[in-house]
Amino acid sequence: MINNLWVHPSLVLMLGGLLLPFVPRGVIRRLYLMAVPVATFLLIYFMEHGTHGVVPFMDWSLTFGRIDSLSKVFAYIMGLMCMIGTLYGLHVDEDAQHIAAWFYVSGSLGAIFAGDYLVLFLFWELMAFASVFLVWFRRGPKSLATGYRYILVHTFGGLILLAGIVLQYKATGGDLSFGPLADAMGGHHGFSVHDMSVPSLATYLIMIGFILNAAVPPLHAWLPDAYGEATVTGAVFMCAFTTKTAIYTLARACAGMDILVPLGVVMALYGVVYAVLENDSRRLLAYHIISQVGYMVAGVGIGTQMAINGAVAHAFAHILYKGLLFMGCGSVLYMTGQSKFTELGGLYKKMPRAFIFTLIGGLSISAFPLFSGFVSKSMIIAAGFEEHILWAAFLLTLASAGTFLHTGLKVPYFIWFGKNNCSKETWEKAADPPWNMQWAMGIASFLCILIGCYLPYLYNMLPFQEEAHHYAELVYGSYHVSETLQILLFTALGFFLLLKKLVPDPTISVDLDWFYRMGGRGFYWLARKPIQTVDNGVGEAYRYLGLIPLMTFSRFWSWFDWNGIDGVVDGIARTVRSVGESGRFLQSGRLQSGMFYAASVVAVLLIAYVLN
Amino acid sequence: MIVKLIDFLRDRLTSVIRLCCVALALVVAWDVFFVDKHHAHTWPEHLWGFWAFFGFGACVVIILVSKWIGHCHWFGGKFTIMAPEDYYDK
Repeated sequence: MINNLWVHPSLVLMLGGLLLPFVPRGVIRRLYLMAVPVATFLLIYFMEHGTHGVVPFMDWSLTFGRIDSLSKVFAYIMGLMCMIGTLYGLHVDEDAQHIAAWFYVSGSLGAIFAGDYLVLFLFWELMAFASVFLVWFRRGPKSLATGYRYILVHTFGGLILLAGIVLQYKATGGDLSFGPLADAMGGHHGFSVHDMSVPSLATYLIMIGFILNAAVPPLHAWLPDAYGEATVTGAVFMCAFTTKTAIYTLARACAGMDILVPLGVVMALYGVVYAVLENDSRRLLAYHIISQVGYMVAGVGIGTQMAINGAVAHAFAHILYKGLLFMGCGSVLYMTGQSKFTELGGLYKKMPRAFIFTLIGGLSISAFPLFSGFVSKSMIIAAGFEEHILWAAFLLTLASAGTFLHTGLKVPYFIWFGKNNCSKETWEKAADPPWNMQWAMGIASFLCILIGCYLPYLYNMLPFQEEAHHYAELVYGSYHVSETLQILLFTALGFFLLLKKLVPDPTISVDLDWFYRMGGRGFYWLARKPIQTVDNGVGEAYRYLGLIPLMTFSRFWSWFDWNGIDGVVDGIARTVRSVGESGRFLQSGRLQSGMFYAASVVAVLLIAYVLN
Repeated sequence: MIVKLIDFLRDRLTSVIRLCCVALALVVAWDVFFVDKHHAHTWPEHLWGFWAFFGFGACVVIILVSKWIGHCHWFGGKFTIMAPEDYYDK
């Protein structure tokens, strides 16, 4: 092993995943499924600050384990969510789904611990390629196409990031260490002390690579597209890892970059607007990820210690409550097969526990006092006020009213109350989900309330301790509580007064994915019409000029064959046919499995290399 | 138990609504008479019940503006953001 027996947590998850198919079914498998994420979490929990896992590779030295206050808290919550997500998906029989989820988490952990851009890029891509399987495994009529769109968008983002890294490599004269981009700072005191200057192209490209994963408009449409279509358990994993890993990288590299403030505010509002229009509960939650991640992006953009603390705290709280919400709506989908408001309603009699858990998630995301969002979201807004970026602070407050409106009120109301739109079949199938799903939701609910009620749990993990303690004294002050209660309760009043306006329509909302969905169609048309015409023309010409003489020629040989060398050829023909058969078998293997094997081989090679 | 509680409240809907209205009034009253506002950052926050108006206004604005954006015929044509469910299948 390397450097004092330091074991990368991703390694545990990857090896655990690769061994999963050999574990016998039944109780042992369930224990194994829980043991692997728990081991990963413990490994993270007991990890000491410092630089570990430095591996020389060609001219560089790659750093796999940079543990400091920022990476530790992100890794902690990722490890925690991996345990909850695996518990939630414990009933899933298919090994590949667990393996994909664990590889996805290892990608996220690897990116968080990465000390240089090469390692970061490697795990960044692993995240994208592992998570796409969580969409494909849904095996619905749209899953395949959605997965391909998802992976193409992320490949595009990865290429931009890579271009940025290459330019950065040139500009710094060979330094690839992953830290604050010197020219990104706005003269604030985040993780950098550099003065303000105009960001270089490399900085912009790296930032664009990051904000694509953070789903910042106009690079956001992949998120609701994929998360609405993922498997029930897959969505629980996806909602936690990709965007929050992006927030980590932004906080690491781009803290204080001014452009992130308006981008974050736009995100927060964009998600809210689309959430009003959305009819599918999981897509609505996906739009609210965009909205919530907007707060974090804005926090990173503000870049003061308090704002970075806020972004980290909000990412931490967000992973738990958003996971909880996706688990709640996922359990409705799992039990009834429906996720659209126009196919649901009045379910409180059938799924009361799922209702309570989802409500706790809703109250947490809405930042109700005593729930987790209250102690995290407000930190970012307060940092905005303190830096006198008033427009941003007010608009973020406005968006938080929208959050309560949708996630706290619309989702629970139109699934568990409201008009009962359930078909007879849906109604009969509806019931509280299996025990493991309920436990996972129960644990997440407990943590949401714990964070809201017991401040030291979260605040003691934040990167800037002094600021965190200072804010801890203010957060439950009467002014803040009164402000929040007024906003939320009067939002609820508005909701019930305008309830008729909010009844969902059976529509989909066209988003910016229109461009590549319709652009792809244009390419098809091009392929079908002009190119096909040319191809047909060539085919016709070939038929007259080539095929007819050839046929005559071959008829002669056929006669010769019949009458001459039949016996000899028979043997050869049979051989050729059997070779052809095996070739056909290889080719028919789906692209997905090919990709999965390729990714696995890369992972194994990597592990072998690190262990050397 | 949860179902019983919900049914209990639903059977007394008028009283529940009245209680909620009282709660709203109490929250505003608390703001007006008791809350220490020296942490406020801007002058409008010192107005009585400012955040209550803000919350209600935000809710109404968000719903109306979003619905308008969703139903508006953009680019002067047939295109609306809220499209039929088979929009991409056609």
